Amino acid sequence: MTSPITGGVDCDLHPAVPHLTSLLPYMNDYWRDQVTTRGMTDLVSQSYPTNSPISARPDWRPAQGKPGADIAEMQKQALDRFAVAYGICNPLYGVQMVFSEDMQDAFCRALNDWLAKEWLDREARLRGSIVIPSQSAEKSVAEIERCAKDKRFVQVLMLVMGDMPLGKRAYWPIYATAERLGLTIGIHAGSAYHNPPTSIGWGSYHIEDYVAQATAFQTQLTSLIVEGVFARHPNLKMVMLESGFTWLPAYLWRLHKFWRGIRMETPWVDRAPLEIVRSNIRFSLQPVDAPPDPATLNRLFDHMQSDELLLFSTDYPHWQFDGDEVLPPGLSSDLVRKIMIDNPLATYGRLQMVKETTP
Amino acid sequence: MNVQFRPESSASTSVKTAIADCDIHPARATRDELYPFMAKRWHSHLETYGIGAYHGMMEGPPYPKAQPNASRRDAWPPEGGPQGSSLSFMQKQLLDPYNVALGVLNPLASGQGLRNQDFAGALCAAINDWQIEKWTSQDKRLKASIVVANEDGVTAAAEIRKRAGDPNFVQVLLLSRNVEPLGQRRYWPIYEAAQEIGLPVGVHAFGFGGNPLTPSGWPSFYIEEMVGHAQCQQTVLASLVLEGVFERFPKLKMVMIEAGFGWAPSLAWRLDKHFEKLHSEVPHLKRKPSEYIRDHIWWTTQPMEDPERRDHLFQVIEWIGWDKLLFATDYPHWDFDEPSRVVPPGVSEANREAFYLGNAKKLYGIS
Repeated sequence: MTSPITGGVDCDLHPAVPHLTSLLPYMNDYWRDQVTTRGMTDLVSQSYPTNSPISARPDWRPAQGKPGADIAEMQKQALDRFAVAYGICNPLYGVQMVFSEDMQDAFCRALNDWLAKEWLDREARLRGSIVIPSQSAEKSVAEIERCAKDKRFVQVLMLVMGDMPLGKRAYWPIYATAERLGLTIGIHAGSAYHNPPTSIGWGSYHIEDYVAQATAFQTQLTSLIVEGVFARHPNLKMVMLESGFTWLPAYLWRLHKFWRGIRMETPWVDRAPLEIVRSNIRFSLQPVDAPPDPATLNRLFDHMQSDELLLFSTDYPHWQFDGDEVLPPGLSSDLVRKIMIDNPLATYGRLQMVKETTP
Repeated sequence: MNVQFRPESSASTSVKTAIADCDIHPARATRDELYPFMAKRWHSHLETYGIGAYHGMMEGPPYPKAQPNASRRDAWPPEGGPQGSSLSFMQKQLLDPYNVALGVLNPLASGQGLRNQDFAGALCAAINDWQIEKWTSQDKRLKASIVVANEDGVTAAAEIRKRAGDPNFVQVLLLSRNVEPLGQRRYWPIYEAAQEIGLPVGVHAFGFGGNPLTPSGWPSFYIEEMVGHAQCQQTVLASLVLEGVFERFPKLKMVMIEAGFGWAPSLAWRLDKHFEKLHSEVPHLKRKPSEYIRDHIWWTTQPMEDPERRDHLFQVIEWIGWDKLLFATDYPHWDFDEPSRVVPPGVSEANREAFYLGNAKKLYGIS
């Protein structure tokens, strides 16, 4: 195995909301009343059924309650164990699934305030992602601006399967705001289930949905690139979270071939897709969808033609690896340092702001 | 892409090594060319109500192509009609100059993806008869694919059995975008019939099944539809494996057509990795997903993924197996792969022969 080094950045941690009622203190009277009088249930997404094997590593699964709900456990099992300097929290609570943009907005605000108070205030190494009501760009921008005053928020979080392809112009105010405030856009596996989870409808199985996440990331990358998001926002960084990355080389070979053939359709795409990915797109490390064989992995890294694309992640508490084998075998010490420290620090411009601004 | 026709190459036919072209698209010269093969009732249906696809357009595709009929600008037959509609011009432009020993016809504008299942069945049967009459009986190098009304498994299976033993046909053809992922049980009668008559099932990229083209809704551009065929095909293949189609039909062979193959290793690794933890959900699978893929799936080559460094692609082919690739040009479409430019020097003679001809002859049972 490859040993992690100290001082890294864990870019994908999942603190769990114990229950929808945990957010009630962060809602106003109207929404508190809505939740209680309507008998709303907990918002657990089918993307991550609580008891699914991949939703928590067996030794990270608590005796009771949701995996990832206890900050002391996260400190011990992830932050201390891998000796990281920072950990970025990406809450996957199912607030995106509701269809009312007003309700989504209220729940996002509650979730972000909950994260700041119950996690970021209690652990100095943690940083946050701003969950947004992406059905409304206007409300999303307002929520980003509200949360971004707190420098511990380093990223805006969106799901890979939402209402529209993410390159669509309706989302661009979100990207303009993120770029202006130095926030990355994190795109995480998972669906709002506002569309079928694949391009050919509903499959039968949880494993099918999970495997399909990688294809959703591929279609989103195409959308973001060909709509021209990065021509308009050259300084915007986007991070594909829990996306897998072994699909990237072959995907880009195909996209590049078609872009060369029909670039007249999207003339504003001013650079080759491969260059756009190298400058603007990053990927979290886990899951590593490849055999644990150094020769195969090194070929794959060679196919990626860049050592700046990957950002260290444990995907805590999800079950992607066992023991301390968070890094795949055969990585050079240079690459380990890049993945764990240099690449995340270069991607998340706000990571080190807090020291300067917190009394 | 838009390779210019080089008339000089037709002169040297005899010295060129024979190849198989596993993805040729024959077209109708006129709209009523199929009428002799269909009951009168359907002529007026077509003229009154149109084709009735799972998208809104009465004519033409929802995403406009980059050139007419997505075809090479040099592929218009001199006698008129759309690209791919003239046998003599196809012979002159494709079959003769490239020494195509086996050409597999994949008609795309078939009855698949139509909402009216009776019409879909009639149209598919007509296209199958038309392929024999206009193409395979006229040129023995050409072989046809049985097209079927795939959303109606019973009708589809009957059409497949009707063609059992007919040497004009070498595969059953489906498109990738359907009402549901192709592993779903509504499609199983097709696999059962194909296995029974001993033909592989090809799944060609394309089609409309009523679902948005991404899990986040409809994209804006033709390039997204085109690139997206690879993502769609991954979903199709995952569905086929996870539903247990290859457990249920152990002799079934399938061909992934025109959706790339570079993504295959990564998909297989991802399936295997997560299957390790989630196999309790799919206990009907007796083997690792990658093993079903290795044993049951073949891949046509066009459009070949195009890395900056060619050796990267050949490393991917080693992961898939040189015995599983079938050369294809996609004639007459614009993203035609020119045979002489596909496999670079350095590939062994045995692999080269398998890639260009041997694998296809074996799979399609051509001696």
